[in-house]
Amino acid sequence: MIVGRTDLAVLKPFRIGAAEPWRFSAWHGAALAAALIVAVGIGEAQAAPGTPGIVATILKWTPLLAQGFALNIAMSFLAMAIGTVIGVPLGLAQISLLPPVRAGSWFVTQFFRNSPWLVLLFYCMLLLPFEFRIGHTIVPLPGWLKSTIGLSLPVMANMAELVRGAVRSISFGQWEAADSLAMTRAQTLRMIILPQCVKRMTPPWMNLYAILTVATPLTSVVGVSEAMTLTGDILSSEGRSELLVPMYLYLLLWFFLYCYPIARATLALEKRFAVK
Amino acid sequence: MVWTPDQPLVSLRAVFKSFRGVEVLKGVSMEVMQGQVICIIGPSGSGKSTLLRCVNALVPIDSGSILVEGQEVNDDKLDKLALRRKVGMVFQQYNLFPHKTALENVMMAPIHVLKRDRKEVEAQAHALIAKVRLQGKEDAYPGELSGGQQQRIAIARSLAMNPDIMLFDEVTAALDPETVKDVLVTIRELAADGMTCMIVTHEMGFAREVANEVYFTDGGVLVEHAPPKQFFASPRDPRTRQFLDQIL
Repeated sequence: MIVGRTDLAVLKPFRIGAAEPWRFSAWHGAALAAALIVAVGIGEAQAAPGTPGIVATILKWTPLLAQGFALNIAMSFLAMAIGTVIGVPLGLAQISLLPPVRAGSWFVTQFFRNSPWLVLLFYCMLLLPFEFRIGHTIVPLPGWLKSTIGLSLPVMANMAELVRGAVRSISFGQWEAADSLAMTRAQTLRMIILPQCVKRMTPPWMNLYAILTVATPLTSVVGVSEAMTLTGDILSSEGRSELLVPMYLYLLLWFFLYCYPIARATLALEKRFAVK
Repeated sequence: MVWTPDQPLVSLRAVFKSFRGVEVLKGVSMEVMQGQVICIIGPSGSGKSTLLRCVNALVPIDSGSILVEGQEVNDDKLDKLALRRKVGMVFQQYNLFPHKTALENVMMAPIHVLKRDRKEVEAQAHALIAKVRLQGKEDAYPGELSGGQQQRIAIARSLAMNPDIMLFDEVTAALDPETVKDVLVTIRELAADGMTCMIVTHEMGFAREVANEVYFTDGGVLVEHAPPKQFFASPRDPRTRQFLDQIL
């Protein structure tokens, strides 16, 4: 029987591809680079005689852009750290044996998971004070930090869902075996269930990080001087319309170059874990 | 009341259990003496596995009484962990911890539950792995072992807690035929050593050979029980006869 060539739908190989989350692929990078080259070419053609070239202008501003991009990365790191550290206990609270804890953590998770990221950003920007006091020291809370907290909220909620899903994906037999060995629930979670979850959660966790990173330019709306805001500043100071498209494509390329290796690593890990 | 070995190690009195309105156990009573090996046979869905899970309180019962070494299991104040330290259990699907090696699987509970000395536990674990004839597999992960090997590690893991009684829940049902024998040999040796065993099985030949008493369950009740020779040669109840005719 030739499985590959059949009209019977059930015999066709099952493809999981359709259910896979969206990821950066090499094609996106190639398309982006091609678009950038074309845009630069068009820009050069449109440029008024005597003005500096598009490439030279882009290179001139690259150090400033890099500074802004470093802030994007810093915010993504910090938001991921905060979101993970709070998200894990929040996810575990959802499998608590106490109904109020379960219900409360479920509500918090759903609330932050289903709120638009931008709305959460505005809330944090407007509701958090610009500084607060611990004893006699005044701790300033700059805008970028406030928006990082805003970004960490949906990360936290998504992380909680990852934890809950991973715990539930572990077979019930593991709990029964641990129970029959007189292990406590805490011991079972710590030594049996969670170690198995870490492996399952790593690829989606990395995926979440990539999503968070490409979401950091949202903070430009609330005035954080990250790469997106700086690109706007650069364009307005140059005041040249032919620079607009190449400049934003250049910024896109930065994000692609940062996120693509993460996407590849995620895919590689998923493949490796899928075997066992 | 202090339990003494002349009393049943496990005694069930009129145990009832239902899952979502379906009665799985309808008044089961039985007694297991120390050193006794009993086999429970019966058609699928007759409540055999549930019966075993009630003994170590994995499944709470609705009514009735289960005494393990004189201690009531059907009690809200029961110290489940203390009970489970005395009762070992082996499952159909092995349920080894896949992220731990065979040796670590065996050592985990004695170290973390019984808080015993690691060196001492390690020596015992090596001895137990040798006892189930898997020397050399200490550092293998469960995924690298065959079903029969995993099941024997699971037996060693339970034995490491030095239980007073072992429960076996269809431990060969998921195995390839050629690996069944090794597992049965291991259980037979345990029984010969005097371990009290409650065995749910579909291996009639094994039950005939190893059991002191064979119980037949059907539809949540214990239909009859007898020593194996008598049980297999002259079953009294027509349901038992019908079941045995079907499979033998």
